[in-house]
Amino acid sequence: MGKTLFEKIWEAHVVQVVPDGPTQLYIDRLYAHEVTSPQAFDTLRDKGIKVFRPDHVVAMPDHNTPSDQQEVINDPVGRKQVETLAKNCAEFGIKHFAMGTKDNGIIHVVGPEKALSLPGMTIVCGDSHTSTHGAVGALAMGIGTSEVAEVLASQCILQGKPKSMRINIEGELQNGVTAKDIALYIMAQMTTSGATGYVVEYAGSTIRNLSMEGRLTLSNLSIEMGSRAGIIAPDETTFNYLKGREYAPKGADWDKAVAYWKTLQTDSDAVFDKEVTYRAEDIKPRITFGTNPGAGIAIDETVPTFDGLSEAEKTQLKAQLDYMQFEPGQKLEGTPVDYCFLGACTNGRIEDFRAFASVVKGKKKSANVVAWLVPGSWLVRQQIIDEGIDKVLEEAGFELRLPSCSSCLAMNPDKVPAGKLSISTSNRNFVGRQGPGARTVLASPLVVAASAITGVITDPRKI
Amino acid sequence: MAKEKFDIIQSTCIPIAIDNNNTDNIIPARYLAFTTRDPKFYGDAFMHDLRYNANNEPIADFVMNKPEYSEVPSKGVHEIIIGGKNWGSGSSREHAAWAIAGYGVRVVISSSFADIHRNNLLNCFVLPVIVSEAFQQELFDTVFANPKAEVKVDLPNQTVTNVTTGKSEKFEINGYKKHCLVNALDDIDYLLSVQDKTEAFEKTLKKY
Repeated sequence: MGKTLFEKIWEAHVVQVVPDGPTQLYIDRLYAHEVTSPQAFDTLRDKGIKVFRPDHVVAMPDHNTPSDQQEVINDPVGRKQVETLAKNCAEFGIKHFAMGTKDNGIIHVVGPEKALSLPGMTIVCGDSHTSTHGAVGALAMGIGTSEVAEVLASQCILQGKPKSMRINIEGELQNGVTAKDIALYIMAQMTTSGATGYVVEYAGSTIRNLSMEGRLTLSNLSIEMGSRAGIIAPDETTFNYLKGREYAPKGADWDKAVAYWKTLQTDSDAVFDKEVTYRAEDIKPRITFGTNPGAGIAIDETVPTFDGLSEAEKTQLKAQLDYMQFEPGQKLEGTPVDYCFLGACTNGRIEDFRAFASVVKGKKKSANVVAWLVPGSWLVRQQIIDEGIDKVLEEAGFELRLPSCSSCLAMNPDKVPAGKLSISTSNRNFVGRQGPGARTVLASPLVVAASAITGVITDPRKI
Repeated sequence: MAKEKFDIIQSTCIPIAIDNNNTDNIIPARYLAFTTRDPKFYGDAFMHDLRYNANNEPIADFVMNKPEYSEVPSKGVHEIIIGGKNWGSGSSREHAAWAIAGYGVRVVISSSFADIHRNNLLNCFVLPVIVSEAFQQELFDTVFANPKAEVKVDLPNQTVTNVTTGKSEKFEINGYKKHCLVNALDDIDYLLSVQDKTEAFEKTLKKY
């Protein structure tokens, strides 16, 4: 029987299977950020050990980074955490992309765009959105801080082997529909735990036709349905994206690498533990109405009612709608919004800014909304400027900010105030995620752009 | 986090009947900016924004603030959480496991856990126990009806028992991790002990 892409990468990294236990898996790349690494470095100091393979580790601050200026972090707690990362990297000899330098940005944007994430690699980071890097054909998993310490100490983690699932998307995407909408659609079908225990491979003609940026968005959101990782087999799109980037193999090494990467495909006779297929034509621009990313609808649909729900389900839906201040059966299109956020590891790439600009070009931002447009890295920001997108945004009344996780998670100054409604390209609409009491509607860059112009939740196909 | 050897735990429980209780709920992001490892700091932040309002006053109708469930855990008291489905979804923050451990909880019982959080709990010496949805519901019913009701979690025999009804289920854990919990050993020490295997493997590893 043939093997899945996941099995091929997994098996290539098995050091041993611990007797009656997990697999000892070798890790090619550890990314570290300031939030989930300080206690891991402390563990190494406690034990008096060094980093085992410092050249396999790359670190950068992103969560606490302000997006208005990067001279100083005014919050002393956040500042200390960012300084601690720099200090730890210096002490343990780890490559560090400091705040405000051209190498910096959100890890999950920087890794692929510098070709630090490559097909066939095992990649981990103390961050659930590490799944992003699966889009280049790597096995990329989020881990906890204890596991960060394990990788620093041994370049390995101990993991039970996940099951495999293939999600096929077939057909042509409709006008106004993006990779973000595909992900929000899948989550609504499968729920936020539908892929728990699985590594997902995305396949099918729709995925083949997605750009690298679109694939990164899709893989990024794999964790929102509980998946351990979300892989996309490398192809010409992947190779064209990676070729010539800073850390990509060069010359003869490149040819050798591509020859290997081309073998990283699921065999035709491989069998998945689970397989599902969706039609691209069924997917419309989407928004969320509740407080988990699976609680979503097509933009022209109405909020679900309590009909047919059990008492327990009713209680949980009511809690979500009460927090969001939405009614069962309400149409959300046309609802006034207070904040618009373009960015995050989900939608902070050049294609997202191109999409946003295509909607707002020649129009004016609504005076009623605060808009945060935050590139995912300094490279993305430079590309925005090189392509003249910054001018389009400026003419439409928008300001381009500095690279940061920004308003995705309320760990830096970009917090949405209590009670305010935000329409956001980020990845989580949890209670308090964008700030205590903040209400979040997740959507694509096109929907956020259209809403930023009108000041209400707007279908980008109608503007 | 403190390592405590695991054996049999019999205790009253805190029922947190919230499905998809994500790690942002378990500990809000603002507690993640700290570099401390103080268990009490994280324990105090456990479920913070559901426990306290914006003025830091306890929210009376949240389960952990009800007098019958509000006593902080000690031996035999509230060492076990009965949690809703998909416990610990979302962010990978181990701070969520630190919060649970720091509060004094030793066991979380649910019908399903998010993968990363489940690993984090184990690495913090908190035992995640997966039971059937029917048994999860029975445990909720028992503990809501009688806050003094006890549940017994027997790691050596891998059983969880509703002491009130006598009903019991087996739960899964691999032999390696069970050994770690029973003997208070962590993964990092194990990985350091097999470094020769890792070095031998590196010589065979395909580049790219």
